[in-house]
Amino acid sequence: MTKYLAKIGLEMHCEMSETNTKVFSAARNSYSESPNTNVRPLDMGFPGTLPVVNKEAVRLALMASMILNCQQPEYIYFERKNYYYPDMPKNFQITQETKPIPVGIYGKVLYECDGEIKEVRVNNIHLEEDAASLDHFYATSNIDYNRAGVPLLELVTEPDIHSAKEAVAFLEHMRSVYQYAGISEADSKKGQIRCDVNVSLMDASADEKDPRNWGVRAEIKNINSFGGVRDAINYEIERQTEILNNGGEVEQETRRWDEESGTTIRMRSKVDAIDYKYFVEPNIPKYKVTKEWLDEIKASIPELAMDRKKKYIEEYGLSPYDAGVLVKEKDISDYFEKCVALNIDVKQAANWVSVNVIGELNKENISIKDFYLIPEMLKQITDAINSGTLSSKQAKEVFFKAIEEKKEPKNYISKENAQISDRDELTKIICEILDNSSTQIEQYKSGRDNIFDYFVGQVMKNTRGKANPVITKEILHAELDKR
Amino acid sequence: MSYMDKSIEELHKLLINGDVTSDELVKESLEKSHEIQDKCNAFVTILDDAKGGKVTDNLLSGIPYGVKDNYSTKDILSTGSSNTLKDYIPFFNATAIENLNEAGAIKVNKTAMDEFGMGGTGTTAHTGIQRNPWDLTCMCAGSSSGSAAAVAAGVYPYALGSDTGDSIRKPAAYCGIVGYKPTYGMISRYGLFAFASSLDHCGVLTRSVRDAAIVVDTMKGIDENDMTTWDSSNVHLLDACTGKVKGMKLCYIKEIVDRDKYKNGSKELLEHLDNFYKTLDKCRELGMTVDEVSVDEALLKAQPSVYVVISCAEATSNMSNLTGIVFGPRGKGDNYIEMMKDHRTKGFSPLIKRRFVIGSYVLQKENQERYFKNAQRVRRLLVDRWKEIFKDYDAVILPVGSGPAKHLDGSKDILDENTAALEEHLQIGNFGGFPSITIPDGFVSGLPVGVNITGNCYEDEKVLNIAYALESAMDYKGQVVKEVK
Repeated sequence: MTKYLAKIGLEMHCEMSETNTKVFSAARNSYSESPNTNVRPLDMGFPGTLPVVNKEAVRLALMASMILNCQQPEYIYFERKNYYYPDMPKNFQITQETKPIPVGIYGKVLYECDGEIKEVRVNNIHLEEDAASLDHFYATSNIDYNRAGVPLLELVTEPDIHSAKEAVAFLEHMRSVYQYAGISEADSKKGQIRCDVNVSLMDASADEKDPRNWGVRAEIKNINSFGGVRDAINYEIERQTEILNNGGEVEQETRRWDEESGTTIRMRSKVDAIDYKYFVEPNIPKYKVTKEWLDEIKASIPELAMDRKKKYIEEYGLSPYDAGVLVKEKDISDYFEKCVALNIDVKQAANWVSVNVIGELNKENISIKDFYLIPEMLKQITDAINSGTLSSKQAKEVFFKAIEEKKEPKNYISKENAQISDRDELTKIICEILDNSSTQIEQYKSGRDNIFDYFVGQVMKNTRGKANPVITKEILHAELDKR
Repeated sequence: MSYMDKSIEELHKLLINGDVTSDELVKESLEKSHEIQDKCNAFVTILDDAKGGKVTDNLLSGIPYGVKDNYSTKDILSTGSSNTLKDYIPFFNATAIENLNEAGAIKVNKTAMDEFGMGGTGTTAHTGIQRNPWDLTCMCAGSSSGSAAAVAAGVYPYALGSDTGDSIRKPAAYCGIVGYKPTYGMISRYGLFAFASSLDHCGVLTRSVRDAAIVVDTMKGIDENDMTTWDSSNVHLLDACTGKVKGMKLCYIKEIVDRDKYKNGSKELLEHLDNFYKTLDKCRELGMTVDEVSVDEALLKAQPSVYVVISCAEATSNMSNLTGIVFGPRGKGDNYIEMMKDHRTKGFSPLIKRRFVIGSYVLQKENQERYFKNAQRVRRLLVDRWKEIFKDYDAVILPVGSGPAKHLDGSKDILDENTAALEEHLQIGNFGGFPSITIPDGFVSGLPVGVNITGNCYEDEKVLNIAYALESAMDYKGQVVKEVK
C-alpha cells in the first residue's frame, strides 16, 4: 500500500427519526415492526396526492448543515429524481440537487481518529424521502411502506478519507452529531444509516491537491453497517491494488457490497449510468429561508459530543479516556449529566456510570433509556456511601439488587444495616474479642500472620458484617501491637 | 316541467319555497344523464343510487352536479378516463369534492374526458368519444368534454372540470357555456389526478357567470394538503358580480386576432373574428375601453411548443405512479418490470404514449437545457409580458379557438400552423396561473362560439365581474341545447 494512496468519499444516508411525521406526508415517522401501519395515501403514490413539506425536518436538516459548517440556501427547493423501482411507489423521489442548492453545501467536518484530529470537506448535505422497504422471498416480494417518505439526510463528502479506519471514525463522529443534535437515533440496527462508498487509488507520490491524480473510482452502493463500510473499503483497496499492480486499469463503475462473500460485485459501468431526469418539484413552492429562522436554529443547536468531552476534561477533571467513554453515546452522557446535576460527586458519578452502569447495559444488551436505575436512584446509593451508611461492597450489592428486583435502592439501605465506623465502638468490640482469645494471640505473636484474618472474621461475626473493614483492620493492628 | 336547465339561484329559491324537492331534482338529473349518455357518451359513471339531500341556506345544497372523472371521489369509480385506472375506486375525496359535500351539493355522475386530461378533442376517453349536444357530428373539445356536453344539454347547472392548457375554457366555448378556472392555488388540487402540476387547475363549467362564482366560492380555500393553495377567504366571487364595469380597461393582442393575418382563413374563422370584434363593441357600450396591444410574434410562435415541452415533461413524471401494482389492473409478467410494462402498454392510448416519449426526451440530461429549461425561460418571458399588460389593463379579451366546434370525422389533435396562436393562447393563462373565464358570445354556422377574459393573478373578482357585465349585455346567458340531435 505504500505505492498507492486511497481516496475515499462517502455518501452517508441517515434517516431522521426525531420528527413526528414523514417528510412530505402526515403519516407517523416511527420505526415499527408491523408492516404498513404508518402509511398515508401519498406514501403509496395514490393518484391526486401531493407532498407537503415537514418544516421540522427542514429545520433539523438546516441544523445539520450548520454543524457541518455548510452554506445554507436562501430558498428551499426540492427536485424530482425520476426512476422506476418497486420500492418507490411514485416512481420518483423528492430530493435536492446541487442546483438550486440544497440545505447545505461546501462545508467541513473535524473528527478524531486514533487521537488525531482530521478534516473532511463536505460537498453537500440534502434532505430527501426514503423509499419503502422490500422483503424478498422465494417466489414473491413484500413491500412495507412504513419507511416510504421517512425523512432522509444524505451527506456527500469529498474524497478526503484515506483508510477504512478513518471512514469508520468519521461515520461514528457523524452518528454522534446526529444523536446529540436530536436529529436521529442513527441506529444502524434499525437500518437508519446506509452508506455508499467511493474508492479510488492514486500514486502516493503524486500531488493530492490535483484531482487529475486521484485515479478512477468505483462506487460501492448500499452498505448497511460500519463494519460493512470497513470491510468493503479494505476489499476494494485490495482489489484495485491488484489491478494496478498487474498493470491494469480500474474501471469507473458501480458495485455492491456482498456481505456473505465479503466482496464487492459489479452492478453497472458508468456508460449505463441512469439518467434521473431531475426537475424542480412543481408541487412545493420555493420557500424563503429567513435570517431570523437561521439565527433561531443556530441558537438551538445542542451541545455536541466534542463540546461535552472538552467540558468533562477541563471542568470536571476527568481523564480523556473516561470523558471519551461517557460521551460516546448521547443517552449515556445525558444520564451522567443528570447525575452531576443531582450533585453526585463528578468523579464518583463518572466511575459509577462508566463501570457499573455501562457494564450492566452491555451485559443485558439494553439501551440506557430502558435502564431501571435512573440517576435519582443512583444518588440514593452514592449518598449512602458518602454518609458511611454503605460500604462500597454493600453499595454494589444494593445496586444490583435494586435492578434485579426493580425496587428503589433506598429499600435496601437502612440505619440498622449501616456500617460501623465509630472508632470507640469498634475498639470496644475488638478489645472484648481479644480479651477472650489469648490462645490465638499467642499463635499470632509467634508468627502465624493468617490468624489476623481470624480476628477480622470474629469482628464481622460479632457485628453481623457491619464493621467498617478498613477501620477494623487499623484498630486490630494497634490493639494487637499493645498486647 | 324541467328544472335542470335553470340557474343555481333559481333552483335554490324553488327548493327553499318547497316548489320542488332535492329528490325530484336528482331524479330528473339522472334521467337526463341517461338520455345524454345515449347521445353524447358524456359519462364514465352515472350514480343511479344518488339521493336528494338536505336543503339549507347554502345555494348549492340539494342541487345535482357532475364531476370530471379525474377527481378522486371516495367509494366512486374514478378512472381519469384511462384503462390504467378502469377499476380504481379511491378511498379519499379530493378537497374540492369535500368542500362541495359540506355545502350539501349532490353528485350524480362522473364525466368522461380526454385520458388524464391529455387531449383537446374529447375523443380519447377509454369509454369512447364525447359528442357535442349542439351537433352530434361535432366534437366537444377537451379535455372536460363530458362536463361541457352535460352542462350544455341541461343535465345539471354545473359540472367540475380541470384545466391544464384550456381544458375547461375551450370545451365551454364549443358547447356554448361558461368555463372558469380561477387563479392557480385558489382551489386545492389535492385529489385531482395530476397531469402537469405547474399548469393544472381545478375549475367549473356552468351556464352563467354567477353560477361559476357560486361554485368556485364553495370549491376554493387554503388546504393543508396542497402547498400551492393560498388563503382566499377575503375573495367573494358572487358578491363581486355587480356589473359595474364603467372605466375598466380591456385589451386584445393584435398578433392573435388581426384580420390581416387570416386573409386566406376559412369562412368560419372570419365570421368568428367578426363576431369577436362585435363583442368588443359590446364592451365599449358597457363603458369599458378596449385597446389593441402588440406582443412579440416570436414569443407567441414559441408558446405552443413551450406548452408541449413543459406539460409532457411533468406528465411523464406524474404518471409514473401508474404501474398497476398498488392500484389499477395488475399487468402480466414474470417480474415487476414486465408487469409494469404490460400494464402501461395496454393501459395508455397512443396519444399519451407519444406525450410520454416527448416528456422523457426533453428531460434527458443532454436535452434538458435545450428543451425543458428553454421552455421554462420562454414561459417566464410570456408571463412577464402578460403581467406587464396587466399593469395597464384590467384584463385581456380574446376569442376562443379559430371557430366553432370541429367535426369529429375530420378531427385530429394536430395544429394548423397559421391559426396556432388563436387555438393555443389560452395556455398562457396556465403558464401564469391567471384567472380566466370563457363565456358564449354568439354562433357561427349554427354552432356556439366563445370569448375569453383573462386577468392578473388574484384578480378573480374583477375578471368575473367583467364577464358578468358582458354576459348580461348578450343573449347567451343560461343557454341550453333545446333538442339534442
